[in-house]
Amino acid sequence: MSCCGASPDFDDINEVSRLVSTRLATFLRTLRDGGFAVGLAEGQDAAALIAAGYAARPGLLRSAFKHLFSARKSDWEKFDGIFDAFWLGKRVRSSSVVTGVAKAANNPSLKRLPNQPAEPRAGAETAMDEVPSVDGTENELSGEGRAEGASRTENLAEVDFRNMADSEQVAQAHLAAAQLARAMRTRLTRRDLARRRGARLDLRRTIHGNISHGGVPISLVKRQRKPKPLRLVVLLDASGSMSMYTGVFLRFIHGVLDEFREAEAFLFHTRLAHVSDAMKERDAGRALDRLSIMAQGTGGGTRIGESLQTFNRWHAARVIHSRTCVMIVSDGYETGEAALLGREMAALGRRCRRIVWLNPMMGWQGYAPEARGIKAALPYIDLYAPANTLASLTALEPYLARL
Amino acid sequence: MKTRDHITQALGNAGYIADGELATAISLMQLLRRPLLLEGEAGVGKTEVAKALAAVHATELIRLQCYEGLDQSAALYEWNYQRQLLSIQAHRGADADAVEDRIFSEKYLLERPLLAAIRRDRPPVLLIDEIDRADDEFEAFLLELLSDFQVSIPELGTIKATAIPHVVLTSNGTRELSDALRRRCLYHYVDYPDVEREARIIMARIDGAGASLALQIARMVEGVRKEELRKVPGVAETLDWATALVGLDVKDLHDAPETVHETLMCLLKTQEDKARVTREVSERLLGKVA
Repeated sequence: MSCCGASPDFDDINEVSRLVSTRLATFLRTLRDGGFAVGLAEGQDAAALIAAGYAARPGLLRSAFKHLFSARKSDWEKFDGIFDAFWLGKRVRSSSVVTGVAKAANNPSLKRLPNQPAEPRAGAETAMDEVPSVDGTENELSGEGRAEGASRTENLAEVDFRNMADSEQVAQAHLAAAQLARAMRTRLTRRDLARRRGARLDLRRTIHGNISHGGVPISLVKRQRKPKPLRLVVLLDASGSMSMYTGVFLRFIHGVLDEFREAEAFLFHTRLAHVSDAMKERDAGRALDRLSIMAQGTGGGTRIGESLQTFNRWHAARVIHSRTCVMIVSDGYETGEAALLGREMAALGRRCRRIVWLNPMMGWQGYAPEARGIKAALPYIDLYAPANTLASLTALEPYLARL
Repeated sequence: MKTRDHITQALGNAGYIADGELATAISLMQLLRRPLLLEGEAGVGKTEVAKALAAVHATELIRLQCYEGLDQSAALYEWNYQRQLLSIQAHRGADADAVEDRIFSEKYLLERPLLAAIRRDRPPVLLIDEIDRADDEFEAFLLELLSDFQVSIPELGTIKATAIPHVVLTSNGTRELSDALRRRCLYHYVDYPDVEREARIIMARIDGAGASLALQIARMVEGVRKEELRKVPGVAETLDWATALVGLDVKDLHDAPETVHETLMCLLKTQEDKARVTREVSERLLGKVA
């Protein structure tokens, strides 16, 4: 076949038989269903390729379509399989897409969050096996705890998230978390604007404006620089020992992703999952459902070091730039190798502007950072702060605003 | 442009050993008049594709290196302010409108890569390197230029392309590119070459590297890439290493395990990676090289 250097002659499309056109349209729909961003222009080009004789050689057609329809690496990798299945009727090995919610029950805080936040005890045994016990009062809390919660006089701001029994309290906590995220965004932008002094001279406009002065630059025109947003990358520990806190933090991250123009979120336990897309779901219920699927694997301990290693190796280059703050939310209970965690923290520290570590347990009385994980990580942390109550989350704001 | 085989051969003559898919991409670039977006790890030879393409077309390569903060004046055009000022001074007292017409004319225009690329009589290869380093705003601006191949300069009016350049964009994936830009382009993911292709690259580029040594080097590099490294060596590093080995007169890697280990620093770019590839590791890797 020959593909000459001339521009594509789209009249040739008329020569494509109706059958092929229908088949092509179905293929485009299959691609769209598979997440490919395929528009009209690509469809026209594809028809032009078929008309130009590419259809006679399936291998060549596949390669041409692959270049035309792929837009990113993930498309590139799965295209051949889709093409072969559609056009050549080949059976394709199914990729390991996570399906079902079987293991979501392992992390009740994730599953419970959208609508039924009133059962904080489910799964708490796991948490309490691993973390120091604080008080025994939660044993009284149950699904019926609504009346008790309402009768208590404590200031909500001071209530530890894991003790929140009332759905209204949890809703308020979520609201506060979203507000905090919004406030952080505003502050960061303002600080960023204030930091930029000394606008550069716009010579073109200056000369334009001073021709009548014989070129003497009397009135100067400054060039406005575009604001550059800071980026926030959140790594959230979704392991069993954190299960009482993940709910509120997920909501916080949801707020952060809403408010920050540039933000990325990851969940980790024994492995790492990129959850930004799931978090961008406008419907909070659906977002959290998707997250519960991703949070599978809890109960096998927390491999912070390995998760960070995965992050550094596969995600860091893409999500971290020089104006990035990485926020890790974890209790630091590492079941893997603590030395690895130290190494990966060091590597992370070299890449980003700041590392903030939020530890819910820091707010507990008598807590000291004795866990091996947190000890190894401490030297590389710029801000280490508690985050177990609304008050402690709010107290963070001025720190974060200074990043 | 001819068929895929012709393109592969022409690229080979230009020193670039391409796989069939890349040849398809290049033939499509012309057929569909779309830019080609090359994505892949650093050091896999994305930029080289543009250079080879320029050689194949026997045309000029115009390169725009992107960076954070890159703006239109650095990418498209700039006025020669010094000359403009001097001209204003020299015509002091003349009519202001006349002065303005003169100093904002072609004579005082400094063309930057993008403007240069659309004003050539013969279509050049325009390489927009590391587009992921540029800001979103620049990417949006580029989109307009790449779809219409014309630019508007307020003082001069619209400038249309005399010949549509062959556009190659590269990205290392440090930032997610917009869907709009991706959809405008043909996409090609450039992976590390397989052993056989890397050996052919070595033979094509390094004088004095025979087939068996090139194959040994390629196998060894493949092994190194499978180790847990911070910086996985790219093709450029392979070529550095091959040059070093040929320079040290190594004919067979098994004959010179000491030299192999000592020269591995050509492949390893961080202290951590050097510490990881110990003598034992390099001997183990060498053992796997037939």
